[in-house]
Amino acid sequence: MINVHHKIFFPLLFSILILIALAIIPGYAPGYYTSLLNSIFMYTVLTVSWATFCGPTGYISLTSAAFLGVGMYTTAILGEALPLPLIVLSGGLASFLFALLVGLASLRIRGIFFAMFTLGLSEGLRHFINWWEIRIVGGLGRWVISADNITIYYTMLIILVMTLLTSYIIRRSKFGFALRSIGEEEEAAAHIGINVNAVKIITFAITSFWIGATGAIIVTQWLYVDTTTAFDVFYSFTPTLMALFGGIGQIYGWILGAVVFTVIAELLLTEFPYYYMLIFGIMIISVLLFFPSGLIGVLLKVRKESPTE
Amino acid sequence: MLILEGERVSKNFGGLAALLKVDFHINQGEVVGLIGPNGAGKTTLFNLISGALSPTEGVISFKGEDITRLKPHQICKRRLARTFQAVKIFSTMTAFENVLTGALFSAPTGTPRSDVKSEAMELLDFVGLSAKTRILAKDLTIANQKRVEVARALATKPELLLLDEVVAGLNPTEVTQFVELIKKIRNKKITVFMIEHVMKAIMNISDRIIVLHYGRKIAEGTPEEIASSKMVIEVYLGKQTHAES
Repeated sequence: MINVHHKIFFPLLFSILILIALAIIPGYAPGYYTSLLNSIFMYTVLTVSWATFCGPTGYISLTSAAFLGVGMYTTAILGEALPLPLIVLSGGLASFLFALLVGLASLRIRGIFFAMFTLGLSEGLRHFINWWEIRIVGGLGRWVISADNITIYYTMLIILVMTLLTSYIIRRSKFGFALRSIGEEEEAAAHIGINVNAVKIITFAITSFWIGATGAIIVTQWLYVDTTTAFDVFYSFTPTLMALFGGIGQIYGWILGAVVFTVIAELLLTEFPYYYMLIFGIMIISVLLFFPSGLIGVLLKVRKESPTE
Repeated sequence: MLILEGERVSKNFGGLAALLKVDFHINQGEVVGLIGPNGAGKTTLFNLISGALSPTEGVISFKGEDITRLKPHQICKRRLARTFQAVKIFSTMTAFENVLTGALFSAPTGTPRSDVKSEAMELLDFVGLSAKTRILAKDLTIANQKRVEVARALATKPELLLLDEVVAGLNPTEVTQFVELIKKIRNKKITVFMIEHVMKAIMNISDRIIVLHYGRKIAEGTPEEIASSKMVIEVYLGKQTHAES
């Protein structure tokens, strides 16, 4: 029995231990670590959500910033009206609905055109909201309700767990196979009975839900939001880089990429504020150049070469 | 009994008529060959039947239902599957996963995953790949990639299977094996409509042959009739036998 289940049992036990550790950290560690973990959670959610759809299909979406921004503006608008958990879910829902629209408009386009189109939509939405705020509402940005760090931390932890579960379930379901087959040979996928457009649009929207939810909670630590901070294209490019950095093939790669990337960026920023971007750039290029399958590729290679295996 | 019927099927690509008012029909249980020189419109006809393209004119019906404007996945759900001239396998998935994907999307909702998996395994065994199930599709030989494609198409439980040059590029032993496989498919009560250039294969197993030339149907009949038709020999077989000898 144990032999049959050990493949599931140990990763599960390991995950539960990490989860327990993460759940009790705020009580023991200084506030700095809580906020670092918050960043890690946010980037992991962004990367895993992005890669669940874009990894297998090869459709490179550059619109994560828009989903995050939609979530932030949901909080800015509903902040006073609803309790926090409902605001967070509304942020997710708003992001889901916006992703459905993006999907309907763009998923028939492929390759580089899809990437450019999604980037354009994201920027378009930013300018539209900017115009709306100035012309209709009158004002550049909005004040946002604030939540304390512990609330943000635990909300982010729940969103992270939900994101990982969502990704895991999609990848194991028949939709996971459909996404991979679409990435390989979209025409053949359609000819074995897969409604490729429906699969693409629905999974794209589902994976965007938790990005919106993240935006809705993260914004409560900023007090103020405007379109420049909410729709920063940086958030559209980082998930792509982090997933490639960690290894685009597996969920472990995405998580590893997001965690290591965030920690290194943080360390470099505090230790070498002037050369941060330069060193970081060289590191990313080296990993991608020498290990096209990312950090996971490095680990697998080390494991293969070690004599104990 | 009629399973597939096309009436005055035409397809234009810009000013070029790839197919011109082609009438055809396939009976249930038949193996029908589709031959013709390069550019005759054979693959275009398959693309129209499977929904990859829409005809400019004409009506295609499958089991009495008009499928002319349906999308590929809708046509597949009605039990019409195909393979591709240039294999379109999912190359970074294993042979098993390729077939499983097809089986997953044709299984009724609620079918246990283990049933779908054993179904995929049986199909791999049926096409003679039970020893290669865990190999990535891209690492298989061309012949085995084609077997994967046939198994994946069979996984959608078709009543009519379109095979687009399934033995092209194979060596004589492999050709013989594929002829046997197509016979086994026919024995499963699956109707087969196949494009082929390899005359040995098509003459051997077809009940009936349709000949296309420059987008028009120029002949139709039993393999013997086609082989002795003067017009067919002139436009097609004559050149082909010279080329092969």
